[in-house]
Amino acid sequence: MSKALAQAMYEEMERDPNIVVLGEEVGAQGGTYGVTAGLFEKFGKDRVRDTPISEGVIVGAAVGAAMNGLRPVAEIMGINFAFLAMDQIVNHAAKIHSMFGGQFKCPLVVRTTSGGGKQLAATHSQTPDVIFAHFPGLKVVAPSTPAEAKALLKASIRSDDPVFFIEHSTMYSERGEVSDDPNFLLPIGKSDIKRKGKDVTIVTYSKMVSVSLKAAAELEKEGIEVEIIDLRSLRPLDLDPVFESFKKTNRAVIVEEGWKTFGIGSEVATRIYEECFDYLDAPIERVAQKEVPLPYSAELERAAIPQVKDVIAAVKKVL
Amino acid sequence: MTKEDYLELYKQMVIIRLIEEKCEELYQKSKIGGFMHLYIGQEAISARKPQDNVITAYRDHGIAIACGMDPKPLMAEMLGKVTGCCKGKGGSMHLADINLRFWGGHAIVGAHLALATGLAWADKQKGSDGVTLCFFGDGASNIGYFHESLNLAAVWKLPVLFICENNHYGMWTPVEDASAVTDIRKKALGYDIPSDVCDGMDLLAVRKASEKAIAHIRSGKGPFFLEVMTYRYRGHSMGDQRPYRTADEIKEWQTKDPIGKFEPVMMKKGITKEQIESIHAESAKVVEEAVRFAEESPFPPMEELYTDIYVENQ
Ligand SMILES: Cc1ncc(C[n+]2csc(CCOP(=O)(O)OP(=O)(O)O)c2C)c(N)n1
Ligand SMILES: [Mg+2]
Repeated sequence: MSKALAQAMYEEMERDPNIVVLGEEVGAQGGTYGVTAGLFEKFGKDRVRDTPISEGVIVGAAVGAAMNGLRPVAEIMGINFAFLAMDQIVNHAAKIHSMFGGQFKCPLVVRTTSGGGKQLAATHSQTPDVIFAHFPGLKVVAPSTPAEAKALLKASIRSDDPVFFIEHSTMYSERGEVSDDPNFLLPIGKSDIKRKGKDVTIVTYSKMVSVSLKAAAELEKEGIEVEIIDLRSLRPLDLDPVFESFKKTNRAVIVEEGWKTFGIGSEVATRIYEECFDYLDAPIERVAQKEVPLPYSAELERAAIPQVKDVIAAVKKVL
Repeated sequence: MTKEDYLELYKQMVIIRLIEEKCEELYQKSKIGGFMHLYIGQEAISARKPQDNVITAYRDHGIAIACGMDPKPLMAEMLGKVTGCCKGKGGSMHLADINLRFWGGHAIVGAHLALATGLAWADKQKGSDGVTLCFFGDGASNIGYFHESLNLAAVWKLPVLFICENNHYGMWTPVEDASAVTDIRKKALGYDIPSDVCDGMDLLAVRKASEKAIAHIRSGKGPFFLEVMTYRYRGHSMGDQRPYRTADEIKEWQTKDPIGKFEPVMMKKGITKEQIESIHAESAKVVEEAVRFAEESPFPPMEELYTDIYVENQ
């Protein structure tokens, strides 16, 4: 997947000289996860800029540059460090357009990596994606496959609005076919049906799509047909396909890697209750991270992050 | 500078003062809401010809005028009218006009220093010789953004003029209680950014120092730091009655008033008392007209609630 993301930036930078990349170690080193590999050699140090370890000014400079005509793609090494740039992301990028009455545009992408599962312990393993989705004015995208990562990153770069682009840290080595067509984009704010089924609707995104697919394959052996909807973006949140699916299955499980309290499941479940109350056959189940700071020790960490078996159990519970 | 320059700059200061006094009155009548921070006393700092990028904090009325903003959309913004410079969505603390390259008042202390580096970076990348003038307070020099932004500007050699308006207080806290160094410009040393200091109550001194600084930046040498010593006569924001400074201190600074102090300088240049008086009369008229325009303008229609949230339609 890292190659797919690199290709997206490469192709876009070839197309538009106003696109610039900045972040810690993104230049000659090619990025912590190799996502900017090859850009520095091709586009040079003025367009692919290493920055000091200064998250606030990385995003701040990107917002200012976006207001003044560039189209920056800023890499924040990890979502846990995005908290140091939180003010720029939510108070500036998300507000610059509206607060000044539409005068300024902020065509900016902040790319970062989220998620646990690498034994990095509590401060380096969080999946706080939902926090960023709280703010009108910001778009939040989180792809689940290499092909979609490429197409969605390209769409994010072409968007005139600020996009917070979340890559899952355990998915960079994921393999998959990607389109060679430099104009193949996916629209931001469109959910996608990843698997058809009639018994239960699973709503999920990012890494948890593959976990849910594995669960679905197991359940199929028992004759249970699961439909899986990948949100792909958390804001705008496209729930129409979810409602449509739910009206058919009458049962839903929401799977997310982050914590349950105030999580994506809380929002999606409420919206299903609001829109599809008459279609409800069972209380909606939420699969999410245990309410603890993630521990280092492998077994403990695994126990806290949703696994295939947790999804299977939740599906059986709603049936 | 010619006589005409003197007259123009003087008029700018007078208009700023009158606008601020008017805003004070309208705030007391509850026509203006929110937080409002007045610029009275600091007029000489922003009195310059419109040029380059300008970005500042929430104490932004004077700087907006100095950038060439028409008092009408300014006043309309104060009153939350749809004819305001930001369609009534920004208010006192968030004035802006993209056509004047005035990139806004910003109300999160220090955050706009980071934006300034980006404005300057974009100019540099596009091959423009524009300079970004970034105004901020003494208090802002204690926040992380200040240090991240000075460092980045120095490392990337960005064309930014950092202008610290040292009015001796951040809200109610005197500089010496909040900053390890009271000469704020010393902080620039840590980033190898050259600096200067000037008397912010003296229009010509500010002018001279900033021209020198801008020339330095335009010659491609990277950022510059200018500390301007000034004072706000009014409280931090409206309704500030805290006893953190003495009446004597305020009086003492008022004897150095930037407008009053400039009058003898103008006379020496051959400008007459009548000319000065007519500037006051003209300016009062401009401000009255702006208030009328603002009062007569409509509030934003309810549909405006959902506009401008994204560029692209949802
Ligand atoms: C990050 C942040 N913290 C606190 C505040 C509240 N606040 C607004 S203005 C101010 C004082 C700033 O003083 P200074 O930078 O000297 O500017 P001045 O008001 O004197 O022009 C404070 C603490 C804020 N707006 N933003
Ligand atoms: Mg101050």
